[in-house]
Amino acid sequence: MREIDAKLITETVAALAVEANCFLPADIKSRIEKARSEEKWETAQGILDKIIENYGIAARDNMPICQDTGVCCVFLRIGQDVHITGDLTEAVNAGVKKGYGEGYLRKSVVGDPLKRVNTGDNTPAMLYTEIVPGDKLEITVAPKGFGSENMSQLKMLKPSDGVEGVKAFVIKTVEEAGPNPCPPIVVGVGIGGTFDKAAYLAKKALMRSAEERNSDEFYAELENELLEKINALGIGPQGFGGRTTALAVNIETMPTHIAGLPVAVNINCHVTRHKSAVL
Amino acid sequence: MARDIKSGESCLLSGVIYTARDAAHKRLVELLEKGEKLPFDIENATIYYVGPTPAKPDQVIGSAGPTTSYRMDAYSPALIAAGETGMIGKGKRGAEVVEAMKKYGAVYFAAIGGAGALLSSCIKSAEVVCYEDLGAEAVRRLVVEDLPVVAVIDSEGNNLYENGRKAYLDSLA
Repeated sequence: MREIDAKLITETVAALAVEANCFLPADIKSRIEKARSEEKWETAQGILDKIIENYGIAARDNMPICQDTGVCCVFLRIGQDVHITGDLTEAVNAGVKKGYGEGYLRKSVVGDPLKRVNTGDNTPAMLYTEIVPGDKLEITVAPKGFGSENMSQLKMLKPSDGVEGVKAFVIKTVEEAGPNPCPPIVVGVGIGGTFDKAAYLAKKALMRSAEERNSDEFYAELENELLEKINALGIGPQGFGGRTTALAVNIETMPTHIAGLPVAVNINCHVTRHKSAVL
Repeated sequence: MARDIKSGESCLLSGVIYTARDAAHKRLVELLEKGEKLPFDIENATIYYVGPTPAKPDQVIGSAGPTTSYRMDAYSPALIAAGETGMIGKGKRGAEVVEAMKKYGAVYFAAIGGAGALLSSCIKSAEVVCYEDLGAEAVRRLVVEDLPVVAVIDSEGNNLYENGRKAYLDSLA
């Protein structure tokens, strides 16, 4: 049994939160720059240039790429041979508090969804845990903005709706969102499981590199086909028209019930942030 | 002035604007409903829907890009009727807002969503006017210089989100 001190988790979460908010991941930058080189619509080219200039300024000045530094989603893959000394949830929240405080990040969390008083330190984190073999702890911090979160949808399709039903629902969700989620977007799709698992899969899909396709050839092709169809909608960067509506479609799946076909679409903006560390 | 700006035009805004988002809009409209005076002069004012990140000691303001505008739709018609002529945000607006814009002569601009670091550099001063308890959502008076925005919906109701997409798709045909 390997011991990991909860204090180390706090320090790691704090550092990852600041880094994720100020430095756009290489996969997203690469997708944006590729899209810029392929975009032929002038207005869209101008917007993509400004988006590229923006993440350059953020990295240079060590400031948040976007003012919505998000609700702090923290994914933990905990090796079953790890023992954590201290309170894990408290350690993660202390990391969020430290990172958002010392990093001059925006505090965007209300303590109650209806009474709506800001907690003042961006806690609590949205914590996702998974127990895996081994003696390591992998921490991924993914600040999630709500302009795009608000445009996400879930539907319980019928098995007879099949792959065509899934495609239609994904495209309808993106089209209805239009300019609201700050396109170009990244589309996370969860298919299967239960009502809640489908939503979790869609969020988890956003953690995968935008340049990496699903390992199953069938779903890799579906990702490519959906990206092509979304980029034929004409919404474009910021919704002003153009080809570049989405940078990637990432699909995650799991087994489901004989009677069901749950599909969740979690939309993320062009500031799709996630940063990981292994302890 | 607002009536002269046409949908699709790129503009660089300079001068005084005010910030307000969800919680501040709610309070402002509650004041109007009670017939009370607003904490700043709304006549010909432009409101920027933004909740900035905290300023570091050497900064005027932190990252300061627009938030999604439709959440302000419930409040905007009352503010437009009271004198507001400009709004800066991003994303779609409801029919009730567009009707008020046409009736009173107001324009809706979009700034680039997610470009908070870039837009911050156009803000030359920032001071809290009211609702400091709301933190990032407090109303601030900003002096901006060459803030890049695009007129999305003009006072005649023309809409770049519809026309820009159509023009692009038509160009492919």
